[in-house]
Amino acid sequence: MKKCNIMIVGVGGQGTLLASRIIGNVALKQNYDVKVSEVHGMSQRGGSVVTYVKIGDKVYSPIIEKGEADIIMAFEMLEALRWAEYLKEDGKLLVNEQKINPMPVIIGKEKYPENIMQMLKENYKNVISLDALKIARECKNIKAVNTVLIGLLAKVLEIDKEVWIESIKEVVPSKAVDVNLKAFEEGYSRG
Amino acid sequence: MKKLMLGNEAVARGAYEAGVRVATAYPGTPSTEITESIAKYDEVYCEWSPNEKVALEVAIGSAIAGGRAICSMKHVGLNVAADPLFTVSYTGVNAGLVIMVADDPGMHSSQNEQDSRMYAKAAKVPMVEPADSRECKEYVKAAFEISEKFDTPVIFRLSTRISHSQSVVEIGEREDVPLKEYKKDPEKYVMMPAMARKRHVAVESRMAALAEFSNTTPLNRIEWGSTDIGVITSGIAYQYAREAFGDVSYLKLGMIYPLPDKLIKEFSEKVKVLYVIEELEPFFEEHIRKLGIKVIGKDLLPVTGEYSANLIREKVFGKQIGGKKIEGVQVPVRPPVMCPGCPHRGMFYVLNKLKLTVSGDIGCYTLGALPPTQAMDTCICMGASIGAAHGMEKARGREFRTKTVAILGDSTFVHSGITGLIDVVYNKGNSTVIILDNSITGMTGHQHNPTTGFTIKGEPTKQVDLVKLCNAVGIDRVKVVDPFNIKEFEKTVKEEIEADEPSVIISQRPCALLKHVKFEGPHRIVIEKCRKCKMCMRIGCPAIVDMGDHIEINDALCVGCGLCSKVCNFDAIEKAGE
Ligand code: SF4
Ligand code: SF4
Repeated sequence: MKKCNIMIVGVGGQGTLLASRIIGNVALKQNYDVKVSEVHGMSQRGGSVVTYVKIGDKVYSPIIEKGEADIIMAFEMLEALRWAEYLKEDGKLLVNEQKINPMPVIIGKEKYPENIMQMLKENYKNVISLDALKIARECKNIKAVNTVLIGLLAKVLEIDKEVWIESIKEVVPSKAVDVNLKAFEEGYSRG
Repeated sequence: MKKLMLGNEAVARGAYEAGVRVATAYPGTPSTEITESIAKYDEVYCEWSPNEKVALEVAIGSAIAGGRAICSMKHVGLNVAADPLFTVSYTGVNAGLVIMVADDPGMHSSQNEQDSRMYAKAAKVPMVEPADSRECKEYVKAAFEISEKFDTPVIFRLSTRISHSQSVVEIGEREDVPLKEYKKDPEKYVMMPAMARKRHVAVESRMAALAEFSNTTPLNRIEWGSTDIGVITSGIAYQYAREAFGDVSYLKLGMIYPLPDKLIKEFSEKVKVLYVIEELEPFFEEHIRKLGIKVIGKDLLPVTGEYSANLIREKVFGKQIGGKKIEGVQVPVRPPVMCPGCPHRGMFYVLNKLKLTVSGDIGCYTLGALPPTQAMDTCICMGASIGAAHGMEKARGREFRTKTVAILGDSTFVHSGITGLIDVVYNKGNSTVIILDNSITGMTGHQHNPTTGFTIKGEPTKQVDLVKLCNAVGIDRVKVVDPFNIKEFEKTVKEEIEADEPSVIISQRPCALLKHVKFEGPHRIVIEKCRKCKMCMRIGCPAIVDMGDHIEINDALCVGCGLCSKVCNFDAIEKAGE
């Protein structure tokens, strides 16, 4: 890992903040300058959420802009679609094939786009997808979606697995560590 | 030791290391985590105050008595605390007093976009502003030194991107700052006209001294690069400018009021073109122009919203930047919604059904203004719901009033709703007020308040009895109802709006996110019984999904509050089996 811009996008309540903390912690352990930017408040309640993690020798702005992301980790398909234009040309798009309807869709005012995965794969070079909810369910904790995705990211970033495991242990509340490590392994093995 | 810290956590750490004894606040995004983080240090007395005015008053008391104090709020909170602020500027402090205020450019979670720098100028109080977490910590310590050296409160300006970004901080030790001696000094601390007049003179000479200091403090620094372009900037805007302009020269301001005139002149003489990059108001720009210096600023850049490096690249250099976008797809917006199981959902369902005019307030329930409920007519500022409803009645009379309610949360009620209620009683109003008692301050992420029975450190304390409190101010009709008991709730609302006297309904059910709140687990729709009437969809629960040919409950979202089963007329919703 050298200079790297990672964006985490999803829906409030999916655990994106925790994921960003784990990544930030890993970068710190590798002695990089890191900035992690998150937006709290209203967006915690089922709204679209985005977190930026910027890693490098010296990081100024905490925000990643359109066309600047090396990796976008999308916790939900529609959010992948919304933020995909932030990807660099050769950037990687990691997508959790989960679908969460936003309120305008629920009340029938708008339509959830069809064939999102296909569209993404046609338009972007590097798209990797998996059903993290299903995997988390198999690990017996549907809240572990985020660590499944962290596992996938760890594989893609090619940083020593041990560093990630250490970071998860530090960030995740102690009683949830075991399930989360299992979820991490599952995600890692699919990368 | 190096640590990745939120700006807010770093501020807390700085306060801790600076030997702060008292920390006060009312929660407000993006400032909340400052006080939550300080609460983890046993050496610091810490409290959630009922509002920002009280929070500041407590901090002032501590400083005058000789203990360093910090008081935190968001930008709109400073409006509430403006009254003591303007006077503590006159009295000065004894031990250091630093007031944290977090602006919210872009309004990620606020009702307006005000620029707090105006308060520094209006109240004649120095202001400092950091540009990352490391500076958050360092500048807090510097702010305490300025406060004590110049006998003044100091305002510490943050913004959403500083408060809520994590960057690297080097942790230090707590300094042992002994209590300062307290001396009775009414000439300084009792602000009645004769004494205040003298103090105003003292304030003016203090400002002059501070303006000199501003030229020499390391908080204001020049970073030389190419002198073809010079940029004067501060805070998060500095970070955006660094990315957009690259290797040019910067005057990075850390002390942003009063401004360092000599330094600005010196800098401007050495660069060919001068830009001022600042979010929100042209605060630096106007000042610099008055010095007779030519600058480029708001003629190119907006006074609204958040800046970014790309915005600067676009506006200053005319560059269009961006990634690849998929054309031709409509991506639906995803606005925030009330959580599954939220206690406010039952209340909104009823208000909607009765088609009432709703005078709203600030909290999670403000989300009720969005579709599908759209059950809120106004939302002005903390505590305004009751006063506004009272005004509506006085303007339009009984008939309008019987179709109007005011709604506000328990924390908001204590913050500044109670005075509105007293006004209603005193001035013979008849408003119906619904207090949404969810046993916590919800929106900002679960802070205790005087109605929850716990302090910021989680210690049990006396709990405000809302019923008795309402009785005491003169409300005779107070009803406590569970909003998930829809029938009874509806009946109560109907009765109370008809009553020709003021009344309060306490809608009581804990926030669904509280740990002790247990529901019976996911529900499901029995396809055979469902008539697709979509009644259940009217409660606006994000877990209930219209699949086109049938209605389904998403088990990953449903917590099992069971509200939907109460609105279904065909008994089609039941607890899902294993
Ligand atoms: S945090 Fe609590 S009160 Fe706020 S929307 Fe969620 S459930 Fe409702
Ligand atoms: S309210 Fe009952 S019958 Fe109507 S759509 Fe919902 S589950 Fe079906």
